[in-house]
Amino acid sequence: MINLRDKGAQLWEGWNRPKRVTFAVIAVAIVGLLPFGGDFSFTSILNTPVSSYQSVLVYPVGMFVLMALGLNIVVGKSGLLDLGYVAFFAIGAYTAGVLGIHTHLNTWEILPIGMGMAMIAGVLLGLPTLRLRGDYLAIVTLGFGEIVRIVALNTQSIGASTGIPSIPTPPKTFGLKFDIVHNNSYFWVVLILILLVIWMIRRFTVRRPGRAWEAIRQDEDVAILMGVPILRYKVWSFSIGAAIGGAAGVIFASKTQYVAPNMFTFNVSVLILSCVVFGGMGNIWGVIVGGVILAYLPERIRFISNARQLVFGIALVVIMNVRPDGLLPRKKREKLGAVKEAKEVPNG
Amino acid sequence: MNFSVLTSQFWPLLINGLAVGLIYVLISLGYTMVYGVLRLINFANSEIFMVGTFATVIVTRDIFKYTSAHEALHGFRLIATLLLILLASMLFSGVTAVLVEIVAYRRLRSKGTNRLASLISAIGTSIMISEAVRILTKSAPVPTPRLLNKFFLFTIGSVKIRIDTFLVIISAALIFFMVDRFVTKTLLGKAIRAVSMSEETSKLMGVNLNRVISATFLIGGLVTGAAAFLYMQVYETTVFNVGFNLGLAAFTAAVLGGIGNIRGAFYGGLTLGLFEQFASAVIGGQWKSVTVFTVLVLVLLFKPNGLFGEAIQQSRV
Repeated sequence: MINLRDKGAQLWEGWNRPKRVTFAVIAVAIVGLLPFGGDFSFTSILNTPVSSYQSVLVYPVGMFVLMALGLNIVVGKSGLLDLGYVAFFAIGAYTAGVLGIHTHLNTWEILPIGMGMAMIAGVLLGLPTLRLRGDYLAIVTLGFGEIVRIVALNTQSIGASTGIPSIPTPPKTFGLKFDIVHNNSYFWVVLILILLVIWMIRRFTVRRPGRAWEAIRQDEDVAILMGVPILRYKVWSFSIGAAIGGAAGVIFASKTQYVAPNMFTFNVSVLILSCVVFGGMGNIWGVIVGGVILAYLPERIRFISNARQLVFGIALVVIMNVRPDGLLPRKKREKLGAVKEAKEVPNG
Repeated sequence: MNFSVLTSQFWPLLINGLAVGLIYVLISLGYTMVYGVLRLINFANSEIFMVGTFATVIVTRDIFKYTSAHEALHGFRLIATLLLILLASMLFSGVTAVLVEIVAYRRLRSKGTNRLASLISAIGTSIMISEAVRILTKSAPVPTPRLLNKFFLFTIGSVKIRIDTFLVIISAALIFFMVDRFVTKTLLGKAIRAVSMSEETSKLMGVNLNRVISATFLIGGLVTGAAAFLYMQVYETTVFNVGFNLGLAAFTAAVLGGIGNIRGAFYGGLTLGLFEQFASAVIGGQWKSVTVFTVLVLVLLFKPNGLFGEAIQQSRV
């Protein structure tokens, strides 16, 4: 099968700086203008039949891409299977809810606090559990995701099963209004966050943390022998992923203006994981494509809305069996390592 | 916090804990045996359990045509019917388990992809099964007709033992004993143990790896199906996600006893069942899954090989 990822990378590496900048600017501009796509006749095919198209672009599409990028640092870059990513999303959303109701802080001031809270949760969960290997981590994070929901469900002071209603929307910023009819503003905020995250991941990848994560993913024992402090970098990867989840949570809460425990079920974790796996673990562009496809299609094609989880389940199995590296796999060089790793005999 | 229940309710909690614990023991066998041979968590085991509970309902309701208005059965007819339903439930779960192995693990194993891939495809299979059932049942809980007239059998100390609790404790213990015998005494059991010690060496000794792995899934599925049947005799309703919490608890039980270790699963399940009953009596039933999870994290932190486990090799992804 053709490897679009490598073709794209070749093209990109052949360009000089002005060409790259022009391309990036045009790409961002096209994406930034997407919310208007529903208004013109030739692009109105994008319109979603049930929910408003502009709203769908924010949640689920933008939000899932953002979270998938965050989870990609944990699952794709460092190879740690996190099945409770929704917990960090929930922590961010609840932070926005509680602080928005009880204090005068606005959404932009809450955003770093929400990220910080999610990060702290990530470190607290990560320090004991990241010493474990692979499948244990999966089940512990799965449990953690549920625990956060159960705690929210049984704590009266944060609304128990009814959740927190009437969370304030962000204030008017740079002439942009944020409320239920101005979804475009939210979309641009999410887009900016996505761009920041992409920039951050690209920086990390070529620097020490990225190399450490790559080493951990390929072979932990070798990484230890090479002197990589694996626990520290695992906790970093985990908590950076958590912070991105927290940021998504804060924006989500200020958009829906309401949070409740039943929004943060295991299904959401699975969905985000599907986005990462479907698109191609470890590759930013693959993850983005995966997120867009898996979040947008169920909204566009009505009949798979109810069966959405089923479709994701099937997608996970099929993708793993047919194309284990996802639609747009990571670079060849990195993949060579994966092949070596696989050939090694798992002796019991 | 209400510590007085520990003394006033001691016997009922103990008996319930035993019954719940033994159900955990059976489900955790599905995890522990598969982990033994594959060194992978069988993520779909909770769904295999769920299929078993639905098989119980379908056989009772649609094949035997019993309704909730039907009066309870007695004597030989009761025993024969229950046995048939048990067999059907085991069969359904066993077949599901074998299919799960073929769909989620076999192809990836033969290709030699990394373990993360198998793990994710197992999770995908598990979601597939539970979502299919959710859509078919429209997320509604499904009750099963009661066949067993639930009378109190006898009294131990201050507690009256109900027939269904008694049934669970006796049959689960019996089934566990049979599995243990099977694995230690038969040739296939020997092959399973050989594969869990070293896949490579057992292959060299002429063990048919795929057959042994299928058999392990089958046995795990059969036992989980039996657990599902027993669960349904006590709780009498099931829902598409019934396996989620039970699966997490059973996995915890397996880890508690040292995953991969069959006798360990027995002690782990009992310990967890008892602990869970007493703990939720003290701090409230809504925190039950939180206590289970806390136990899991603490065990993994301080005794990763389990409280009763022999040292097993560290797993890796």
